[in-house]
Amino acid sequence: MSNVYKPTQDEDFLGQGSDWSFDDLEYYEREIARIAGEYRLDTYPNQIEIITSEQMMDAYSSIGMPVGYSHWSFGKQFLSVEQAYRRGQMGLAYELVINSDPCIAYLMEENTLMMQILVMAHACHGHNSFFKGNYLFRAWTDASAIVDYLVFARRYVSECEERHGVEAVEQLLDACHALQSQGVDRYKRPSPISAEEEARRQQEREGYLQQQINTLWSTIPQLRAADADQAGDASDGHHRPRYPSEPQENLLYFIEKNAPLLEPWQREIVRIVRKLAQYFYPQRQTQVMNEGWATFWHYNIMHRLYDEELINEGVMLEFLQSHTAVVAQPGFDSPWYNGINPYALGFAMFSDIRRICTEPTEEDRAWFPDMAGSDWLDTAHFAMRNFKDESFIQQFLSPKVIRDMKLFALLDDDHDDMIEISAIHDERGYRRIREALSLQYSLGHREPDIQVFAANIHGDRSLILRHERTQRRGLDASMPPVLHYLHRLWGFPIVLEVVENGEVVDTHHWPQITE
Amino acid sequence: MSYFIDRRSNARHKSAVNRQRFLKRYQKHIKRAVEESVNRRSITDMERGEKISIPGRDISEPVFRHGQGGRRSVVSPGNREFAEGDRLRRPQGGSGGGGSGEGSASNQGEGMDEFAFTLSRDEFLSFIFDGLELPHLERKQLSDMEECRPMRAGVSRQGVPARMNIVRSMREAHARRIAMRAPIRRALCDAQKALEEEERKDPVLRHPGRIRELKDEIERLKKRLEAVPFIDTYDLRYNHLTDQPQPSNKAVMFCVMDVSGSMTQNHKDIAKRFFLLLYLFLERDYERVELVFIRHHTSAREVDEEAFFYSRETGGTIVSSALTLLDEIIEARYPPNQWNLYVAQASDGDNWDDDSVQCRQILMDALMPRLQYYAYVEITPHAHQALWEEYTRVQEGYPERFAMRQIVQAGDIYPVFRELFKSRQGGQEGRS
Repeated sequence: MSNVYKPTQDEDFLGQGSDWSFDDLEYYEREIARIAGEYRLDTYPNQIEIITSEQMMDAYSSIGMPVGYSHWSFGKQFLSVEQAYRRGQMGLAYELVINSDPCIAYLMEENTLMMQILVMAHACHGHNSFFKGNYLFRAWTDASAIVDYLVFARRYVSECEERHGVEAVEQLLDACHALQSQGVDRYKRPSPISAEEEARRQQEREGYLQQQINTLWSTIPQLRAADADQAGDASDGHHRPRYPSEPQENLLYFIEKNAPLLEPWQREIVRIVRKLAQYFYPQRQTQVMNEGWATFWHYNIMHRLYDEELINEGVMLEFLQSHTAVVAQPGFDSPWYNGINPYALGFAMFSDIRRICTEPTEEDRAWFPDMAGSDWLDTAHFAMRNFKDESFIQQFLSPKVIRDMKLFALLDDDHDDMIEISAIHDERGYRRIREALSLQYSLGHREPDIQVFAANIHGDRSLILRHERTQRRGLDASMPPVLHYLHRLWGFPIVLEVVENGEVVDTHHWPQITE
Repeated sequence: MSYFIDRRSNARHKSAVNRQRFLKRYQKHIKRAVEESVNRRSITDMERGEKISIPGRDISEPVFRHGQGGRRSVVSPGNREFAEGDRLRRPQGGSGGGGSGEGSASNQGEGMDEFAFTLSRDEFLSFIFDGLELPHLERKQLSDMEECRPMRAGVSRQGVPARMNIVRSMREAHARRIAMRAPIRRALCDAQKALEEEERKDPVLRHPGRIRELKDEIERLKKRLEAVPFIDTYDLRYNHLTDQPQPSNKAVMFCVMDVSGSMTQNHKDIAKRFFLLLYLFLERDYERVELVFIRHHTSAREVDEEAFFYSRETGGTIVSSALTLLDEIIEARYPPNQWNLYVAQASDGDNWDDDSVQCRQILMDALMPRLQYYAYVEITPHAHQALWEEYTRVQEGYPERFAMRQIVQAGDIYPVFRELFKSRQGGQEGRS
C-alpha cells in the first residue's frame, strides 16, 4: 500500500489488499454467479461456510463429509493432514466440496480475498455445476439425501458402539473399509433415484424376511429340501447349482445379504459403508474431468472479473501465481513427480476443447471434424455432461495436448528385462497414447477385478472369490490381510482363486493352509 | 443462490474422538517412541509434545490392489529424449517407469515408509506416565478441615447482584404483585359496583356526596393499584453458596539433594531430571503441588530452584542435617493432615560414617509416619556406602512407602522412575 495518494482507476476496485469481509464475499459471490450464469453453469444452491484452519483439517480428515461416524482411520488421516499442514507441505485452501444439495463448500478464514474468490469460483460454481450436470453423479448419487444419510450413519454407528462396544464396531468397520472398493455396483443399470430408493426399501424388507427363514443356511441336512429351495432348479438332485448362480461383483452387498453369522446391526453397518462407497464411486471415476472443469471455470471467471475491472492487477497476479502452481505438471523424471496431475490434464483438455472450437487448425479438422468450429460452450457442456475420465480422454485428448505435455507410453513387462517405449508424441503415437491413457483411468483396469464366485452352502460354508487377472498383474502384499478381514465378516474359510484366460492359475486360502 | 454461514465459533476438534481412537489403537508403538524420546530429551524439554513415527506397514489399511509385475503400459508426461522403440534398463528399486499415473489422490499414507505425527504435550505426558501410579494417593480428610470450597445451597434473600437468580426473583415478584393487588382490586370492584348502583338510581334519590366519595375512592384505588411495584428489592433472590469443607487435594514435594564437593554438575543434571519427572507426575494427580528445595552439605538450607540446581558448594556431607530441616519445615508449614507429602532425595551416597545411623533414626521415628512416599536415588557407579545400608533397613520397616534405586547414567532415570512408580494393582496392602 503506497502512502502517496494517487487517484487511479484502481480506486474503483473493490478488492483492495488481501483482507476480506462478508460484504466483499457476498459482492463477489453475486458477480461470480452472474458470470457463471452467462456461461450456463447450472448449480445446486451454495452453502458457503467460513471455517478456521483447524476445522478445515477436521473436514479434510472426513473426506469433506460434514458429519461422519467415528473411526481411527479418520484420526490417522487427521494427523497426517495436520503434520503436512504444520510443516507447510500442503496448503489447505484450495477446495473441499461434496455433492450435496445444497452444495457445501468451505472457505478458510486465513485465506486472502483472492483465495476466497478463487475457491468460490472453483468449488461453488465449477465443481457444483459438475455435480449437478455429469451423468454419473446424476445417475448414482442423490445429492439431496446424502447429508441426512450421513447423520443417520453417525447416529447408528455410535448407538452400536454403546450397545456392542467400541472395539466390536471398530473391527467390523476395519473389515468393511478394506472391501470398500469392492462394495459398489459397477455395471447394474441404476433406475431413477426416487423410484430406486423406494425399490431398495422394498428389497430390503424382502431381504430381511428371507433372512428370517433363511433356508440357505438350514442346519438340517435335508438334501432334497435344500435343493428344492433353489429357484428354478430342475436338475436331477445330484448336480447342485452353484450359489450365487452368477458371479457377484459387489462383495459388501453379497456379505450384507448372505453372510451366515452376522447380526442385524452388523449387516446395517456393512450397508452403511457400502452406501458411502457407492456415493463416492462417481468421484473416483471423474477426477480429471471434475478438477479440469472446475479449474477451467475458475480461470475463465477470474479473467472475466479482471476484464470487468472488478479485481485489480494485484489480485490477478496473486491468482495467476496460485493457478500456475495448481496446474503445474512436473516431468516423470522430476523429484516432484507424483503421477499425472489431474488438474493439469483436465485443465489442458478443457482449454483445448475451447481452442479447437474457436481457432481450429488443419490437424484439429482432421481429428475432430464435428467439433472444429462448433460453439465452444455447447461442446464443453456436452463433454462435461456425458463422459467419465476414461471416455473423456478417449474422445477429447487432442494431439496438441499430447505434444504440450510430452506424453509418452512405455511397456513394462516382467518377462522382458528391458522397458520399451511404445509410443511418443508423434503421428504414429497419438492414438496409442490416447488409448493407453484412457485405459489408465479406467477403474475396471486400475482396480483388480474380484468377484464372488461361489458360496459353498452345503459343505464347509467357504466363500470362493475369483480374481480375473489380466496380463499377469497380481495383487500386492495387502491381499492376505484383506482375506483375513473378509474371513472375519463371513465367518468361514475364504478361498481366492486367481483366474487368467479362463484357467485357475493360483489359489489363496484364509485361514492359511499349512502343508 | 448462495448463502454464507460463519462457522468459526463452532467447536473445533471435531476429529478429537478419531484422534484418540487412533492413539489408542497404536498405543504400543507410540509408547515405545515416547520412551525413546524421554531418554533423548534435555531436562527442560518435557513441556512440549513429541513427534512420533510409526512404520507405515504397521498402520496401512489393506485393500485389494495391483502389485508389481505383469505386463503393463504406463503413460507419463515430460518426454525429452525418448523415441518410439527405445529400450531402457529397468530403474532399480522404483516401480517401473516412475509412478503409476493414477494422479495424486492416492497419497493416503500407505506409500510412505513412516507415518509421522505430533503428540500434544498432554498426550505426551499421559503416555510417559501411562501405567504409573502414585503410591498412597490420598485425599487427606481429618476432623479439622480447613480447605473449603463454595457449594450451591439453594437460594437466599441476601447476595451480590452477580449471583441473582432471575427466574426465582421474577416468580417472587409475580406472586407479590398478585397478593398485593388482590385486596385493592376487590375494593375497586366493590366501589365501582356501588357507583354504578348509585348512578342507576333515580336522579332524585341520588346522593351527590356519596357519588363524589365513591369517585374519589375509585381514583385513589387506581392510583394504589398502579403504585404496586413491578419488582421490589423484597422480591430479589440470590443463589446461595456455602463453604463446604473439602478433602484436601494438594501435595508438597520436597527435593533433597546433596551439593557437597563430590556431586558434579552431571550428577545434579541427573537428579534434576528425576525431580522434574516426579513433579510432572504429581502435577497430574494433585490440584496443587508445591515445591520445597533443600540442599545440604554439612548443613542444610532451604533455597530457590535456581540456587538448588546451579550454585556450587564444597565440603563434606551430613545428610541428617537435611532430614532435620525437612522435619522442621513440615512441622511449621505443611501439617500432614492437610498435605500429601512426598520426598525425593538424590545423593551420590557419601555421608559421614556415624551420621547414617542418625538419618535412619530420623526417618523411622519422625518422618516416615507422616510421608506419603519417600524416593531415594543414589547417583553413583561405585559400590554402596553406609547410607545405602541404613536406608535398606528403613525400607524394610516401610516397604510400601520407602523406595530406593541406583542410577548410573542419564539413560537409567526413566526406567528407574517407571519402576518406582509402576502401578501396584492387587499387590497393595490396604491402608487406612
